[in-house]
Order: sequence, then structure tokens, then C-alpha cells
Amino acid sequence: MTVIWDVDARRRFDHARRRFELRVRFASDSRRLVLFGPSGAGKSQTLKIVAGLTRPDAGHVRLGGETLADVAARIDVPARDRRLAYVFQDYALFPHLNVLQNVAFGLQRGWRNAAREVRHDEVQRWMRAFELGPLSHHYPEQLSGGQRQRTALARALVARPRALLLDEPFAALDPDLRARLRDELADLQAELGIPLVLITHDERDVRRFGDEVIEIAAGRVAGPGALRDDALAA
Amino acid sequence: MEGAWIPLALTLKVAGWATLLNLVLGVGVGFVLARRRFPGRELLDALLTLPMVMPPTVLGYYLLVLIGRRGPIGAWLQAHFGIQLIFTWQGAVIAATIVAFPLVFKSARAAFEAVDPQLEQAARVLGLGEAAVFFRVTLPLAWRGILAGVLLAFARATGEFGATLMVAGSIPGKTQTLSVAVYEAVQAGQDDVANFLVAVTSVTCVAVLLAAGRLVPGRVAGQT
Repeated sequence: MTVIWDVDARRRFDHARRRFELRVRFASDSRRLVLFGPSGAGKSQTLKIVAGLTRPDAGHVRLGGETLADVAARIDVPARDRRLAYVFQDYALFPHLNVLQNVAFGLQRGWRNAAREVRHDEVQRWMRAFELGPLSHHYPEQLSGGQRQRTALARALVARPRALLLDEPFAALDPDLRARLRDELADLQAELGIPLVLITHDERDVRRFGDEVIEIAAGRVAGPGALRDDALAA
Repeated sequence: MEGAWIPLALTLKVAGWATLLNLVLGVGVGFVLARRRFPGRELLDALLTLPMVMPPTVLGYYLLVLIGRRGPIGAWLQAHFGIQLIFTWQGAVIAATIVAFPLVFKSARAAFEAVDPQLEQAARVLGLGEAAVFFRVTLPLAWRGILAGVLLAFARATGEFGATLMVAGSIPGKTQTLSVAVYEAVQAGQDDVANFLVAVTSVTCVAVLLAAGRLVPGRVAGQT
């Protein structure tokens, strides 16, 4: 058994009104992992620590045995070098770029954005896979919720990430669409075979994706799966 | 009347340089104030806003004290490079730059603060370095607000009078800008020259304001 995720991170947030301490510790060998809990519990910040967008005060993050961050060892791989796909809750599509440019964003090097007519095999492949072809020249504000989500997924997957991190990927969608896209995402993950971590407070997401569920409440891991020493020792 | 074109050309040169300097300085300072947290940030913002509320003659006096022949900066420039700024058009550029600076950095700060930091994070996760994030996400989303501030700064620099007069004086053909020339013409009773200069200045300012007005309420920076 190989450990995929090994996270042990602490971080204190001092906001104007409240102080919040995140202290999450979990290890998992599941290719589909769900972080479940109420909003404000620290799920998104946990995912941001994994992605390298939030720096932990202490602890480490390891993926498949590789250390992405280790405060004690002064290791902190920058977010841009972690090769993780991150889909934000409201998708964070670039409003000044069309769908094609959004999808091509991570493949385009340098200080300039891709041309509006950018051609790239990998981009075309994902545009087709998500049926985004007819929307190539639309801007994010012209897209429906489902189209935005597919654009965000295509943008995240184009650079061949080694894991997929999803922050409440269905929360912005209406219920019918939610059920359908849940199936689509499950199929996609099975096809790609890359590890997936999904954040949710919706139990239906848990039933669909939760090979393993880690419950987070008030900044702490609660319930089973909190920390399994056999997994850590493997 | 041909004489009137000389102050116009000089004014455009001075205002153009002042605007260019402010574009670089104002965008840089605006970005730092919008995105970095450090002690004294708001105090720095207030100090940099002073040129907007202080009388231009007071600013001009401060500048004379600093870059005048016996001022710390002026003396140093004179000793090391043989540069003298007082009563030169470059001195007028410095005066116009400082007077117009708050307009650029204030707009730039507001424009940068309006950019959702999550978009910058999305770009980082997609493999971009900090400079690429700035040029491909932050700046394109903020440029409208910045440009509006830059145009206002150009208009302000075009109309600069007090600080310019203190620092650069009123040497015809050398440091006499439009607004100073208007004052001189009226003092000398040359009403036709004054009328012409005033008309040119007014048209320039209205044109700039119209351009700025078209940019400010713009939709999300898009189809460009």
C-alpha cells in the first residue's frame, strides 16, 4: 500500500474579528479523497496549503512520497512547480480571456497571454473532450455555470497535473446539472487515474466520490481517517 | 500668434515626460500599496497623497529647498554630474510629476485592489511566475483604472502652474509653459495672446477628460 497524501499542517489565521487555528493531519492512499465539513471549517485553507497557495506555519505536505512542503526542513515548492490542478469554488476563470485562451493559459509560457486563436493539440483535445469547441471565443461572463465548470476543468487538466484538487466544484450549479456533472467528473477521474481531492459540505458528493472521507470541523480533522499510523508507516 | 505654439509644445513635452514617469512610479507604488502588507502602509499612502492637497507653491518651495543649488539633492547632482535642475524644463518635469503623482498611484492602487486575488492564485497554480502573473492577469484587469488615472495626471500636469513657476521660472521658449504664458500675457496686457492660449489649454483639457470618462466606468476589461 502506498501513501498518496500525507498532510500534517498547522497554520494560524489572524483576522480582524476572529482568530482561527487550522491543525490538520491526515494520510490517505485513496485516489478519491473527500474533505467533508461545514463551511468555515478550514477545508479550503487545507486545500490551499496542499496547492502551495497558503504557507503552513509548521508541518509538511507530501504527495506520493515527494515532499512539497516541509517547514522544519525549509522545503517549500512554489505553487507554480507543484503541477497540481486546482479548481476554485467559483472557477476563477480569467475574465479578460476567452474560453480558448483560458484553457491554453497554463501551456503558454512567457509574459504574454495566448492569442485569441491559439492552436495547440493538447488544448484542442480538452476543448473537444468538454465540448467547448463552439464556445472558444466566448468570454467567461457569457457562459452558463456548467460551461464555466467545464472550462475550469479543461484549463486545469491541460497541463497534465499529477493530482486534481477541487473546491466545492458543484456548489455554484443548479441541482439537475449538479447530478450530471458529478457523474461526468467521476468518469473523468476513472479515465485519467490521477488522484483527486474534493472539498464539499454536500453529502451527495461524499457518496459519489468518497472512497475515503476526512471530516474537518473547526480547523481539526474529526472522526475516522484522522490519522492512521499504518498508512504513515508504509 | 506663432509664439503661442512654443509654450504649447513645451507644455506637451513637460506633461508627457511627467506622465511617463508617473506611469512607472505610480503603477509600481500603487501595486505595492495594494498587495503588500507592511507597517505604516496607510501613513505612506497619506504622505504620497499630500501633493494633491497642498498648495502647489508650497510644494514648489519644498522642491527648491531639496533640488536647489544649496539643497541636499541639488548640490549632490551639481557636484557629481554637473546637473542643475532649477530654471530648466527638466525641473518643470519634476514639479509636474510630483503634483500629478497622487492621481496615478491612487487610481492604480484602487484598480489593483479591485482585481480578485484568487485569479492571481489560479495563475500561480497553472505554473506562472510572479512577473508573468502580473503581466498576464493583474495588469490587464487593472489597466483601465490605471489609464484613467494616467490621463487625469496628464491633464493635471498640463495645467501645472504654482510649483512649476517656483522651480522652473518663466523663461520664454525654455520653461514658460502654457499656464505660465497665460499669466504673463495677461500681466502684459496681450489679450489676444491670452485668449488663444486659454482656448488651446481648454480644448486639451476637455479632450483628456472625455477620454478618461470613457475609460473609467468601463465594463470588465475584456475584448481588447
